[in-house]
Amino acid sequence: MSQGFVTQPLSGWGRFPVEQCKVYRPESRRQLANILESCEQPSFISYGLGRSYGDASLNSRGGVVRHTRLNRFLAFDAQAGVLECEAGVSLAEIIHYFLPRGFFLPVTPGTKFVTVGGAIAADVHGKNHHQDGTFGNFVLDFQLLKSDGEQLSCSSNNNSEVFWATLGGMGLTGVILSARIKLRPVTSAWVLVDYQKATNLEDALGRMTESDVRYQYSVAWIDCLATGRHTGRAILMRGNHASANELPAKIRRPLAEPSHARWTVPFSFPSLALNSITVGTFNCLYYGSHRNSARQLVDFEKFFYPLDAIYHWNRMYGRRGFVQYQVALPLEGGLEGLKELLTRLARSRRASFLAVLKRFGKSDPGLLSFPIEGYTLALDLPVASGLIPLLHELDRMVLNYGGRIYLAKDAVMTSQTFAAMYPNLGKFRAIKSKLDPHGLLSSSQARRLGIVER
Amino acid sequence: MVCYLHLKPGGWALSKGDNTVLILGATSAIASALAREFAAHHFDLVLGGRDSEELGALASDLGLRYGVRARTLFFDALDTPAHAASLQTALSEIGNALAGAVVCIGYLGDQAKGQDDWEEARLILETNFTGCVSALNILASHFERRRAGFICAISSVAGDRGRQSNYLYGAAKAGLSVYLEGLRNRLYPAHVKVLTVKPGFVDTRMTYGRGGLFLVASPESVGKGIFRAIVKGKDVVYLPWFWGPVMLLVQSIPEAIFKRLRT
Repeated sequence: MSQGFVTQPLSGWGRFPVEQCKVYRPESRRQLANILESCEQPSFISYGLGRSYGDASLNSRGGVVRHTRLNRFLAFDAQAGVLECEAGVSLAEIIHYFLPRGFFLPVTPGTKFVTVGGAIAADVHGKNHHQDGTFGNFVLDFQLLKSDGEQLSCSSNNNSEVFWATLGGMGLTGVILSARIKLRPVTSAWVLVDYQKATNLEDALGRMTESDVRYQYSVAWIDCLATGRHTGRAILMRGNHASANELPAKIRRPLAEPSHARWTVPFSFPSLALNSITVGTFNCLYYGSHRNSARQLVDFEKFFYPLDAIYHWNRMYGRRGFVQYQVALPLEGGLEGLKELLTRLARSRRASFLAVLKRFGKSDPGLLSFPIEGYTLALDLPVASGLIPLLHELDRMVLNYGGRIYLAKDAVMTSQTFAAMYPNLGKFRAIKSKLDPHGLLSSSQARRLGIVER
Repeated sequence: MVCYLHLKPGGWALSKGDNTVLILGATSAIASALAREFAAHHFDLVLGGRDSEELGALASDLGLRYGVRARTLFFDALDTPAHAASLQTALSEIGNALAGAVVCIGYLGDQAKGQDDWEEARLILETNFTGCVSALNILASHFERRRAGFICAISSVAGDRGRQSNYLYGAAKAGLSVYLEGLRNRLYPAHVKVLTVKPGFVDTRMTYGRGGLFLVASPESVGKGIFRAIVKGKDVVYLPWFWGPVMLLVQSIPEAIFKRLRT
């Protein structure tokens, strides 16, 4: 019996590239297993909430498996704070149901609209990477459905090779069914944040190096259109969870999810809406309007997920979409590398509306995990003619400094660049070919990067 | 446990403590959505079905999200000889806490195959009609004795008019609709409410990947609609509501014309 699929144009969050994919949406584990077993498509890749930016969860030559209906909470140990849930559960759901019970995510990316499966597959990091590492650090174990239909329980002790290949493995080792995650106990939904302005890149990095240890969370917004001695001027936003007794009396329910106005971008903006003039003006106003201030009480939504308040914000970049370009550079030479990148970018007059800088802690054990100790910079670049050659030029720059590109964001990297950036690729390939000898799990990105052959 | 159903004139009375709902065929997308709706309103649940792994996942999910008690029950609609024993055990376990029961069993099947392959036709008829009737008979007598409660079953707009594309399924659902009409009539003096749900196209496994469907509703909205109809004590509900007038129109087409249509 045919498993039922819909052929539809699909894209990641960057809306570039857009590919016709055959999309499956199982409603039970058995159906999911049947889909893989059916071999109706030459290959399959899992798709969560579509928040990876490029083609990591697309499969132009095969099937895409949506996990939307496999999103059940399976068990919760309140003593240990350990949640077991299916891969399709979103981080938003975890916060919604467990923050009132005094638990928050141990690591969260800049959006809560990602699934647990996606967070494992991309081994995501958050503003606390310098303290806590990636999401994978808090995954006790997970159940992996292998391409031969066998279910494998993996942890750092049990099938550890598969465990480390799957963390950051972009869904290529098997289908993640469920996971046990250690949540973080908190007593309030609020964060105490210090805001500091940095006049340029040296200043920003200097402050991070000097005092990031005092903060669990640290991130900086940077103005990437500023040039000359202002190159990389930034606003540092660093904070710690507020405990319930640090809140003013008027906040009666410290763990309550704050309610915010939600906005929706109703249609794609014209491609020219975000140009160097509008973004430059915004950046000046934004930088100018911030003051150095300490211990500001900010709710978790505003601090961790400012863009989640605007649904479909990706439409601001126009119909052609955008590429989020995120690089990690090692401590040594990182400053020069960042400067060179920003200078090159400012010269290209391509405006990044969002530019985020962060210091990474120690690198993580996932074979294809992104972070390396040093700095990371994320930029949103609208797709326009000449963008891809520019990105390839930037890729070479990053490579020269010993840096790398984040697979969850990547849409254009070449296989040569990728192989040079990720030295564990050989090991990963060996494990993948043992787990999935017929290459049933594949994605457009995996083919572009040469991780798989077909 | 607080009971959130309120009394409506002409609706039925739920005494406090009636806080458990039995759902048969609980793993379907509509049933799961309805189960979540009941759980969100603080009802405990007994989830019946064949796939115990799925039932277990749904039960723990309801417990963790809504803090209600959810148990599972092995129930195979096709194994009618076993119905009496398994349902009687469950009913006596739940006892007076049972507020009502929902039957969500359905199988669209393959019409073309069923026309020539009796096994497929039989599967369609037995799943959608015989199996449901067997379970409903047992539930009906239980609630009749108790003189309280509700019974709800998912029929379909497909049962309102036979079409060449799905008349095996439609015939079984039409039979189910008529059965429920009769049951409603029988149980009226016993103050037991009987609700017939007639969903149109719903975005579930049954319809996913089939072309040419329009106005497809989400299982969540249908689940909410069923819950509301139960609370209001309705007899028949089309979900979403516009299928009511649509089917009225479809039924008003003279047979002389309808038989010529490519439906």
